[in-house]
Amino acid sequence: MSGTGLACPLPLALPGRVVLGHGSGGRMSGELIRDLFLPAYGNAMLGRMEDQAVVGIGGCRLAMTTDSFVVKPLFFRGGDIGSLAVHGTVNDLAMGGARPLYLSAAFIIEEGLEMESLRRIAGSLGRAAARCGVEVVTGDTKVVEKGSGDGVFINTTGIGLVREGVKLSAAGARPGDAVLLSGPIGEHGIAILSEREGLEFEGEMVSDSAPLDTLVAAMLAASREIHCLRDPTRGGLSSALNELAAQSGVGIEIEEGAIPVRESVRGACELLGLDPLYVANEGKLVAIVDERAAGAVLEAMRSHPLGAEAARIGRVSGEDRGWVRMRTTFGTTRVVDMLPGDQLPRIC
Amino acid sequence: MKYLDEYRDPEWARRLAGMIAETATRRWVVMEVCGGQTHTLMRYGIDEMVGGQVELVHGPGCPVCVTPVEVVDKAVAIAGRLGVIFVSYGDMLRVPGTRSDLYRVKAEGGDVRVVYSPMDAVELARRNPERRVVFFGIGFETTAPGNAMAVWKARREGLTNFSMLASHVLVPPAIDMILASPGNRVQGFIGPGHVCTVTGYADYEGLAAKYRTPIVVGGFEPVDLLEAILMLVRQLEQGRCEVENQYARSVKRLGNAAAQKVVAEVFEVADRPWRGIGTIPRSGLRIRQEYVPWDAERVYEVEDIGGPEPEGCISAEVLQGRKKPEECAEFGRGCTPAHPLGAPMVSSEGACAAFYLYRRRTGFGSAA
Repeated sequence: MSGTGLACPLPLALPGRVVLGHGSGGRMSGELIRDLFLPAYGNAMLGRMEDQAVVGIGGCRLAMTTDSFVVKPLFFRGGDIGSLAVHGTVNDLAMGGARPLYLSAAFIIEEGLEMESLRRIAGSLGRAAARCGVEVVTGDTKVVEKGSGDGVFINTTGIGLVREGVKLSAAGARPGDAVLLSGPIGEHGIAILSEREGLEFEGEMVSDSAPLDTLVAAMLAASREIHCLRDPTRGGLSSALNELAAQSGVGIEIEEGAIPVRESVRGACELLGLDPLYVANEGKLVAIVDERAAGAVLEAMRSHPLGAEAARIGRVSGEDRGWVRMRTTFGTTRVVDMLPGDQLPRIC
Repeated sequence: MKYLDEYRDPEWARRLAGMIAETATRRWVVMEVCGGQTHTLMRYGIDEMVGGQVELVHGPGCPVCVTPVEVVDKAVAIAGRLGVIFVSYGDMLRVPGTRSDLYRVKAEGGDVRVVYSPMDAVELARRNPERRVVFFGIGFETTAPGNAMAVWKARREGLTNFSMLASHVLVPPAIDMILASPGNRVQGFIGPGHVCTVTGYADYEGLAAKYRTPIVVGGFEPVDLLEAILMLVRQLEQGRCEVENQYARSVKRLGNAAAQKVVAEVFEVADRPWRGIGTIPRSGLRIRQEYVPWDAERVYEVEDIGGPEPEGCISAEVLQGRKKPEECAEFGRGCTPAHPLGAPMVSSEGACAAFYLYRRRTGFGSAA
C-alpha cells in the first residue's frame, strides 16, 4: 500500500435541501419534525408526537388526524390510493382509541390524469369510507401543471370520538407489559415495490391495506388495559417499536422467532436485500398491553378476521430505556434500530 | 424458504458452535473478507456465539466503503450535468464525497436513479436516446461480469449514449496487503464466496502458501459461516494452511469461465486506490482501450476536486481489521449512519454500520 494515510471526508454540513430520506418515516423524518416544524409552530399537544391529537370539546374527547397519500403506482394489488387514503386516516384515529366519524378528502391532481382513473379512485375512496362507517363531509380539488405532481396526491383529515374510559398514548408503555402484533408484516411495502419494479414473485404479493377500527373496538371490548397502539406503516415494525420505546422511556425486547412474516414476503425481502422489520404495513397494529390482560386481548385479536394471525412478540422492560432489542432465533441479542433514511437495497 | 432455511437452522448452528469450542485450544483471530459476511455475523450474533474461541475481525470487503472519494466526486460531478441520467446501486447514493453526495445531487434536480442491475441502465439508454446514461459500476469480482456485460452489450448495439463510471477492485491483492502488513494479527481468512463463484479460488492457494495462512471459502448464511470458522479452527489447530471450500454448492475451484471471459474482454487489471487504505498495486479493473467510448471516466472530463482528507476517523484500521468500529472515538457520536464520517458507516455491509445497527450499546451482545 502507498501509505496515503487515513482517507475520511469531512462531515458535510446539514443538507441545505430536503432529500427523500426526510420523508421515509425513519430518523431523518423525526429530525425534520423536531428541528424545523416543532420550533416553528409546536405546542404541548403537537409535542407529544402521537399519530392523532385528542382535544376536549364540550365534554367530548375528539380525536383528529391528517395524512397525505403519494403512493406510486396509484393502483396496486390489494388496493389503490383512494382506499389507502381512507384506511390510513381511519387507522390513525383508531390507534387513539377513537371511533372514526368524518373525513375530509383533498385531491391534488396532475394535469393530464385520465378521468377514468380519477373516477375509479374516487369510487374506491367512497366505498372504503362507507365500509368504515365514516362520511366524507368536506373536500378540496386542485389541479397542478403536468410535471408538478405524480398523477394524484390525496390528503385526508379525520375526526372521531375517543371511547369512554380509553386512554391510549405512545408514552403509555410500562415495564412488564406484553407486546402484541396483529399479523404478518411487510406485505404492503413488498406489494408496492414489486408492482413498481415489475417484479414477479412466487405467491401473490397483495397489500394488507385495511381499516383497523373494528379490530381495535374488539380489543378494547376485551380489556381497557391496553396502553399503546401503533400501526407500523412507513418505516415498518422497527420504527413503530422504536418510537414507542423512546416516547414511553422504556426498553422493548422482541423475539425474532415470534414475529409472523409470510413466506412470500420473506423470499422477496431476501431477493431485494430488505429486512421485513423495516417494510411498510397498512393493515397491522402493535399493541402494548398490561401483562394481566394480554391473554384476553390476544384472544380478541385472533377472533377478528384482521387479527387471525396475531402473535405475542415480546415484552416491555425497564432496562436499556429507549432501545429495542431482539433475541434472534440463534439465542443471541441484537439492536433493532430505526432506519436513518430510506431502506436501501444492498448490492452484493 | 427452501435451500435457505437449512442454512439458518438454530439447532445446527448451536452444534457447530459447540464443535468450535471443543476443537479450539486457544483463541484464534479470523477475518471475514466480504461485507455480506460481516452483515450476517452481526445480524445473527455469531461473534457472540464463538467469542470465546475466535476473535472475528472485519475485512475490507464492502465495495461501497472502499470506492475512492475521487470517484464519488466524479460521480457527483457527472450526475449534476444537464441531460445526464446517472444510474447507481442504492448504497452509493449516501456515500459522502468531498463536497456532496448523490442524494443531494438528486435533491438539487439531478436525474439520479437506483437500479438493481446494470442491464436496467442499458435499457434506460435504449429508451432515452436523447439523454446520456451513465452507470456507476462499482464492486468486487462479483459485480464485474454484469457490469462488463452491460458495456459489451452497449458497444455491440452501438449505444453511444451509454457509459460506465467503473471502480472495480479485486480481493486477492487486498488479502496480500493485509497479510504483508507489519501489524497483521489475522491468522485465518474466511474467503469471499460470491467473489470465488466468479473467479474460483486457485489464486488464493498461492496466498495461503506464501503466508502460511489457511483460507476457507465461505458462504453467507449463519451455518455457512460457522462451518467455515470450524474448518479454519481445525486447520489452525493442526498447523495446516490450505485453501478449503465450504461454499461448494456455489463455488468451483476454477470459477465461472463465461463470467471470467466477459470480464477479461472489457476490463484489464490496473493499480487502484482503496478508500481509507491507499493504492494497492494491480488491485482493480479498468475499462480496456477498445471500450474507451463507453468509459465515463474518459468520456466526461471532470476536474479533480481532491480536497485534502482530514484525519477524522479510523476507517483505514477498521478496513484492515486492526481496530474494531467501537474503538473509534467518533463511533456512534460524531459518526452515525444518518451522518457518516467515513464510508464504512454508510453501506449496511460496512463494518461500522453493521456494528452500529446490531451491536451498539455496551452491556449486551458484545462478547468479543
